[in-house]
Amino acid sequence: MADTEFEPRIIAFLCNWCTYTGADLAGTSRIQYPPNIRVIRLMCSGALDPVYVSKALLEGADGVLIGGCHPGDCHYQTGNYKARRRVAILKSILKQLGFDEDRVWLRWISASEGRLFADTVTEMVAALKAKGPNPLKGAWDI
Amino acid sequence: MVHSVLKTDGNPSEAIHLLLRRLLDEGIVDALLVPLRVASGDNTVQTLVRDTRRLEGMDVLAPVMPVTTARLVSAITMTGIKERVGVVMRDCEIRAVVELVKLQQAKADNLLIIGMDCMGTYEVPDYADLMRSGADVGGALLAHAASGQPQPHEDKAFRTACQMCEKFTPSHGDLRIHLFGDDPKQHIHVEVADDLAAKLGLEPAAPAQARENVVAAITRQRTETRDRLFASFRERTKDIVGLQAYLSTCIRCHNCMVNCPICYCKECIFRTPIFDHESEKYQMWAARKGAVRLPTDTLLFHITRLNHMVTSCVGCGMCDSACPSHLPIAILFRAVGQEVQALFDYVPGRSLDEPPPVATFREDELEGVQ
Repeated sequence: MADTEFEPRIIAFLCNWCTYTGADLAGTSRIQYPPNIRVIRLMCSGALDPVYVSKALLEGADGVLIGGCHPGDCHYQTGNYKARRRVAILKSILKQLGFDEDRVWLRWISASEGRLFADTVTEMVAALKAKGPNPLKGAWDI
Repeated sequence: MVHSVLKTDGNPSEAIHLLLRRLLDEGIVDALLVPLRVASGDNTVQTLVRDTRRLEGMDVLAPVMPVTTARLVSAITMTGIKERVGVVMRDCEIRAVVELVKLQQAKADNLLIIGMDCMGTYEVPDYADLMRSGADVGGALLAHAASGQPQPHEDKAFRTACQMCEKFTPSHGDLRIHLFGDDPKQHIHVEVADDLAAKLGLEPAAPAQARENVVAAITRQRTETRDRLFASFRERTKDIVGLQAYLSTCIRCHNCMVNCPICYCKECIFRTPIFDHESEKYQMWAARKGAVRLPTDTLLFHITRLNHMVTSCVGCGMCDSACPSHLPIAILFRAVGQEVQALFDYVPGRSLDEPPPVATFREDELEGVQ
């Protein structure tokens, strides 16, 4: 396996109105970015229950990307502010329990920021490669 | 609030009981939710009383908390009542009621909250043992209340949550019964809302002189215990292997959730079909990892419960008492809660006016969270 580079697997929860559309724009603009993400579309970052982020990490995902509209731009007015509180709570809990909370990223990417979306994924893949695989990958007794 | 004194003539519990009885007798409340001894004599349970003749066997000093009264208050107020109910509670229960009111799971409008200084509680089986032995269980603790720390009976210990509880005096309440700081054989001090003091004809009096120091000394000692337990928890859970070891004997019965005053969701995600998987899924997971522990999702359960309710955790420790594996789950929730609550400068149960952190937000906050 030494000659195969570790390819992180990222679960991305993207809001329908901004980041998912931004990802679409990256695609239609033919911007290249690493194929390490698996996208799950949500109507709003504020609709993301932390249980899904925790589940992804516990099942061995190397990173979780949560994408929402910029503060002030939420399609539902305030969902992203609520998401930010939940992510703050989640990261504090993960950190205190011995998880690497930096495997969870929260980013504001608008529908017009296809380039930013591609750059974010590129950056995250590099950061996770530096970290190495999620130590929980393959853990059977969790 | 008015300070007043009850003369006890050597029988402090009787003095308190007489005062509570008057609330019902004089129609100040229509019902009392108070601890009554059960017929077999070995347990004391919260009981909703409308007829004063049923108050025989009342024991407000019983150092036992079979369930948190907050859940009971939710049940008896949730859909609205006309009756006014006086409820005897410890501070952890009062703080949980405050949280439940804010979470719209209880209504405080018709409550007359009667807060008691808490001397500590035993696990139910320990309390039952002591009662069967014929000991004066509450009275023995009260004997230490004047000077300081109540000592548990020989061979017994207070619940861990009580050993590390630094908020044991009533923080809210129309009637607050102070057990610490004076000789209960002579006096029990009370703090009473002005209108209630007038109705009960309670004369203003000076607060117990020693109270402040006695309460401060217990608080200091409990805080030290708390910090020591938190430090040992943090040492044990420095990494995921440590966390797995901490929770290794969890049988995922959900008792901690069922008995938590804050976990009110009727449709808890762990009780919904989300976790009713198709049989073939288990084979997939076992194949992917080589093996899979069943039932699945033990860590996920605890981590998710933390995410959902730890901002409002009042530290009552009912999770501990309910755990058949005797996992030190209350230390986990209180230690993690301490840091999470600090993010929002939130103290569960402090005020009805502060919205729970997950129910609100500020635009100019947490900008570093990304």
